[in-house]
Amino acid sequence: MLEIRNLVVKIADEDKQILNGLNLTVNAGEVAAIMGPNGSGKSTLSYVIAGKEDYEVLDGEILLNGENLLEMEADARAAAGIFLAFQYPLEIPGVATMTFLKAAMNAQRKARGEAELLTPDFIKRVNAAADALSIDRAMLRRPLNVGFSGGEKKRMEILQMALLSPSMCILDETDSGLDIDALRIVSEGVNALRDKNRGFLVITHYQRLLDHIVPDTVHVMSKGRIVKSGGKELALELEKNGYAGYAEAA
Amino acid sequence: MAIVTPLKTAAEQVLGTQFANVKAELPGAPSVRKLREDAFAGFEAKGLPHRRLESWRYTDLRALLREARPLADTANVTPAVQARLAALKLEGVRLVLVDGIFAADLSTLEGLPEGVTIQPLTEALVSTREDLTSILSGPSVADSDTGLMLNTALMRDGVFIEIAEGTELDAPIAIVSLASGEDERAIFHRSVVRAAKGVKATIVEISEGVGSVASQINGAIVFENGDESDVQHVRIVTGHVAGTVQVLSTLATVGAHAKFESFALVCKAATLRQQHFVRYAGEHTEVGLRGVNLLGGQEHSDVTLVVDHAVPHGTSRELFKTIIGGEGTGVFQGKVIVRPHAQKTDGGMTSNALLLDDGASMFNKPELEIFADDVVCGHGATVAQIDGEQLFYLMARGLPRPQAEALVLQAFAGTAVEFIVDESLRELVMSEVEAWLSEREASSVVSTI
Repeated sequence: MLEIRNLVVKIADEDKQILNGLNLTVNAGEVAAIMGPNGSGKSTLSYVIAGKEDYEVLDGEILLNGENLLEMEADARAAAGIFLAFQYPLEIPGVATMTFLKAAMNAQRKARGEAELLTPDFIKRVNAAADALSIDRAMLRRPLNVGFSGGEKKRMEILQMALLSPSMCILDETDSGLDIDALRIVSEGVNALRDKNRGFLVITHYQRLLDHIVPDTVHVMSKGRIVKSGGKELALELEKNGYAGYAEAA
Repeated sequence: MAIVTPLKTAAEQVLGTQFANVKAELPGAPSVRKLREDAFAGFEAKGLPHRRLESWRYTDLRALLREARPLADTANVTPAVQARLAALKLEGVRLVLVDGIFAADLSTLEGLPEGVTIQPLTEALVSTREDLTSILSGPSVADSDTGLMLNTALMRDGVFIEIAEGTELDAPIAIVSLASGEDERAIFHRSVVRAAKGVKATIVEISEGVGSVASQINGAIVFENGDESDVQHVRIVTGHVAGTVQVLSTLATVGAHAKFESFALVCKAATLRQQHFVRYAGEHTEVGLRGVNLLGGQEHSDVTLVVDHAVPHGTSRELFKTIIGGEGTGVFQGKVIVRPHAQKTDGGMTSNALLLDDGASMFNKPELEIFADDVVCGHGATVAQIDGEQLFYLMARGLPRPQAEALVLQAFAGTAVEFIVDESLRELVMSEVEAWLSEREASSVVSTI
C-alpha cells in the first residue's frame, strides 16, 4: 500500500538534511509503529508524506497504491487516501468546525468524482462519529480547535479520520498531551477504524500508546533512517533498553 | 525675507471658481452660509490635503485629484441606478441619494416608525433652528481637516434624520448613495442622524458606483447620539470603478451611558479614505469602530480614526481587518486621545492585515495620546501573510489551495464581521465577503508570497 524508497529530505531553506535514505513499506491492513528518539526525523516523515511544503525531497519516492505522492499537492494526497493526524492540530478562529468538516468531506468527494453529501446525511454521520468519540456536539459548533483542550483536539483529529475514511492513516504522536482516559478513547477510535483495506503508521516515543493500539510491525528510526524492524515485542525491548543502542547503528 | 505663496494646483483653482459660482445657489440659512464661507476659507488657506500632512500622509489627495470634476447638481437616474435599486437586498425604510441628491421618488418611506422624522438636507439647511451649525460641525477634533472643510463648503444634499427620545426601531434605516457614473461628476453630500436619549436604532449606509465613469465623492455623516442611546452604523462601500476617489467622514458625538458601534465593509471601492472623528460627550459610554477592507488591483483604502476620550469612564474598541492582493494599499491610522481628566478610560485598538501578493502594501499607524494616569489602553498592529501552517492543515484535509485560502481569509474577516449585531446585516456583509473571496478563488488566484 504505502511504499517509501530511499527517501532523502532536507529542510527547504536550510542545508539541514533530515531523512537519509529511508525505506519503509506499510501493507493494507497493517498497523506499523515508528519509534525513535527526539530529532530522528519521525515528524518530518509524516509531514513529507502528507505534502507539507517546508521540505525539499532530494531523492527517493513515496508511492501510495502505486501512485507517486511526491507529484501531488497536499489536497490531492488527501483525496488519494492519506490522512495525517497532527501532533499539534491547528486552531482556525472564525471557521465553525461543522463548516470545515463539510468542506473537507465534500472537497475529497469532489476530487474522487463523487456527489456532494446532502446536509441531513452529513449531520447524521458527524453526530454518530462524535458520539462514538465522546465529543460533545456543542463543540462542533465552535470554531475549529479554538479553545479546545489537548485531548479534545486529538479526539477531533480522530473524528476527522473517521469521517474522511482514508486508506492510509498517519498518527503523529497522537498520545502526546493525553491523559489516560483520553488515550483510551482515542485508541478505541483508532482501533474501530482498523480494517483489512486500511494501513496505519503510528509514530510515537512511548510504548504506552502501543498497549492500546497494538501494532503488527515496529520500526526503529534513528538519524533519518529505519535502523531496525520487528514485531510488537520490539517496542517492549525499546521501552526497557532505550534508544541508546541504535544511535550507532545509524 | 522671501514670502512663500503656495502655488495652487489646477484642481484647487477650479474648486475656488466652483465655490464662487455656486455658493449663492447652495442651500443654507445665513448661519450655514457663514459656515460654508469659513470652511472654504480654511480650505483655501491649506489647499487639498497632501502627504506632508501627518494625518493624510498615505493618501495624498492633492496628487490624486489632478483635476476637479464638475459639481453634481442633479440626480442622474440612469437605468443602471434603477436596476441597482431594484436588486438591492434591503428591507424597510430606504433613503436614496443619487449623485448626492436626495431622490424622494426612489426612496421608500413606508412604514416609517413613529418618532422618526426625515427631511432632505436641503430643507434642513434652510431651517431657522439655532442648533443647526453646531449639529453640522461635529466633534472639534475634526475642525482642522481640510477634506471635511471641502465637504462643509460644498455639501449639496443628503438626509437629516431625527429620532425622538425613547424610540426603539425594529428595522434598520438605510441611506443608499449611488454614483451614476455616466459622466464626470464631483459629488458632495452630508447626512445627519440625531438620536435622542434612549434611542435604539441601526443606520445602514451604502456607497456604490453603478456606472463606468469614475466619480469624485466627498461624503459625510454626522451622528449626534444622546444619553443611553444604542446606535449601530453599518456601511458598505462597493462597486466603484477604478479612478474613483472618495472621502467619507464620520462625525460622532456620543452621550453618557450610550453605545455606538460602527462597522464598514470596503470592497471594490477604488480609492477610498474613511475618516472617523468620535467624541465622548458623557461618561460610561462604549464605542466600537470596526471594519473589513478587501483590496485588489490598485485599490487603496485608508481608515483614519480620531477617538477623543474627553470624559472619564469611556470604553473604545477598534478592530480592522485588511486583506490586500495585487498592488493594493491599505492604510490604518488610529489615534486615541485620552484627555487629562478622562480617568478610567479603557481603550483597545487592533489592525491586522494580510498581504497576499508581492505588490501589496499596508501602512499601520496606531497612536495613543494619553494625558490621564489611570487608564487601560492598548494597541496591536500586525501585517502578515496567510498562515502557511493553517493552510497546510486545511489542504491536508483535502481542501484545494484556493478553497483553503478562501476559508482562512473568510475566517480572518469574519472575526470583525461578527460584531455586527443585526443578523440580517451581518449575513449581508458576510455574503459580500464570500462573493469577493469566491471571485478570487474562481480566478484561481493564489497568493504569490
